[in-house]
Amino acid sequence: MKKNFYILRNGKLIRKGNTIYFIYEKSEEKVFSAEIDGEEMEVETEDISDKQEYEKRVLPIEQISSLFIYGRVSLTSGVISFLSKNNIPVHFFGYYGNYESTLMPKEMLLSGEMHIKQAMHYISQDKRVFIAKRFVEGSAQNILRNLEYYQREGKDLQEEISYITNASFSIENCKDVSQLLALEGAIRSKYYSSFNKILKSFEFDERTRQPPENPLNAMISFGNSLLYATVIKQIYHTQLDQTISFLHEPSERRFSLALDISEIFKPLLVDRIIFKLVNKDIIGEDHFVKELNSCLLNNKGKEIFLREYDEKLQTTIKHRDLGRNVSYERLIYLECLKLCKHFLGIKDYKPFVIWW
Amino acid sequence: MLLSQALFTGTQVNYYIVCPTKLWLFTHQLSMEASSEYVEIGKFIHEKSYSRERKDVIIDEKIGIDFIRDGDKLIICEIKKSKRIEKAHRYQLYYYLYYLRKIKGIENVEGRILYPTQREIEVIEFNEEISREIEKIMEEIRKIISLDEPPKPSRKSYCKKCAYFEFCWV
Ligand code: SF4
Repeated sequence: MKKNFYILRNGKLIRKGNTIYFIYEKSEEKVFSAEIDGEEMEVETEDISDKQEYEKRVLPIEQISSLFIYGRVSLTSGVISFLSKNNIPVHFFGYYGNYESTLMPKEMLLSGEMHIKQAMHYISQDKRVFIAKRFVEGSAQNILRNLEYYQREGKDLQEEISYITNASFSIENCKDVSQLLALEGAIRSKYYSSFNKILKSFEFDERTRQPPENPLNAMISFGNSLLYATVIKQIYHTQLDQTISFLHEPSERRFSLALDISEIFKPLLVDRIIFKLVNKDIIGEDHFVKELNSCLLNNKGKEIFLREYDEKLQTTIKHRDLGRNVSYERLIYLECLKLCKHFLGIKDYKPFVIWW
Repeated sequence: MLLSQALFTGTQVNYYIVCPTKLWLFTHQLSMEASSEYVEIGKFIHEKSYSRERKDVIIDEKIGIDFIRDGDKLIICEIKKSKRIEKAHRYQLYYYLYYLRKIKGIENVEGRILYPTQREIEVIEFNEEISREIEKIMEEIRKIISLDEPPKPSRKSYCKKCAYFEFCWV
């Protein structure tokens, strides 16, 4: 099975024939990381460096499903066209771990029919609000699953659970998208305020984005950006249009549909990782760099987070409707298929809710 | 009438036999992966001349259809490993015969299934009865694909191998 590849350090990607090399300065210790069978291992790459201070590694193209680039990496046009030919999207992240952009392969699944129907669901206020509601509902339900879990573990989260349960009852009463966004914002901030009860260390304070101001915000931003890129890739495998979104405004980002779908998966794929990393003391203060008014994961911290994230994506679960095992990453793809079916009028969309 | 008939591909006939839902989804460009077979079959359908001695056309990964010229006779061959030919493939071959005869006007054409391992050849009979059956199938295909929504999927053992499995059952 193909893997996501994460490049954390600075360097250069070059192409010679049908081989792509990553060239980087020797000083740092880690180049690629990938998760294979739940165990972390360095991917075997041929070392063909000749210069003393630089090293060259072969990128195992056939094994890569997408590249996540966190370092400052320069690419040649030869590399870009080769990655595109091999259908490998490349996601770029900024200094804060924030999502910057994606280089998409040129092959796309297109369907004029799907395109038109998706747009029709956006144009009609009723249809748009229906879908936007489902995204908020999915997000709220999955947040509740997380809270209920910690409630069972003995944390007193009754107040937060009642608040969010009540809020989710009023989703149906929302008349338009702005009301829904406000409701969803209220749910999230209530949820985030509960982090202080769930987590053994780190204070939540308030949500700060660019730049994040404390370790928790740094992790939330890092994880959300990562998830956003993952969703973009899954949408790419369907006929859905990345730019037509329902809860968020299509003008918000180039891939705004991914923002919508991400909401549903944050509790499963980002928040649970944070809870685990903090409560099991896998991540601590020394995995962050604090600057004047920002806080970031350092390379070691990113590596830990990415390893955990990758493991999560590959975790499998027996799907209730399909009766076969699917990975968490595949769940995102299935969510896209459900949206396709909704647009085609085959089956009303119901958001994914953690069922285990 | 004749022109629109020529718009169907062998794959559509094949999918009609297999599952109407699959036929609809495929026709409405809802391929689950970039489907190369579509392109290949399109190439075949639009092929203008059969003047060469022999042409190999790959219909999908499994079926290679060869055209052989034998005097003025044109022979379409499907090479199979085992004798178990699936109904869908046979109808696909019937359709090609129909297409070449009735639409291209090439009367002198026949279909053969070759079993190299058994050194056997099965000649696919084409007659008026089959021709009428193909026409009925085409009418059915036309009806199914013009529906606004795909026909409701129905579970069959084939579903597990189908590219639309997740789409249908999620
Ligand atoms: S999964 Fe089954 S019902 Fe769906 S298209 Fe395939 S064969 Fe037809």
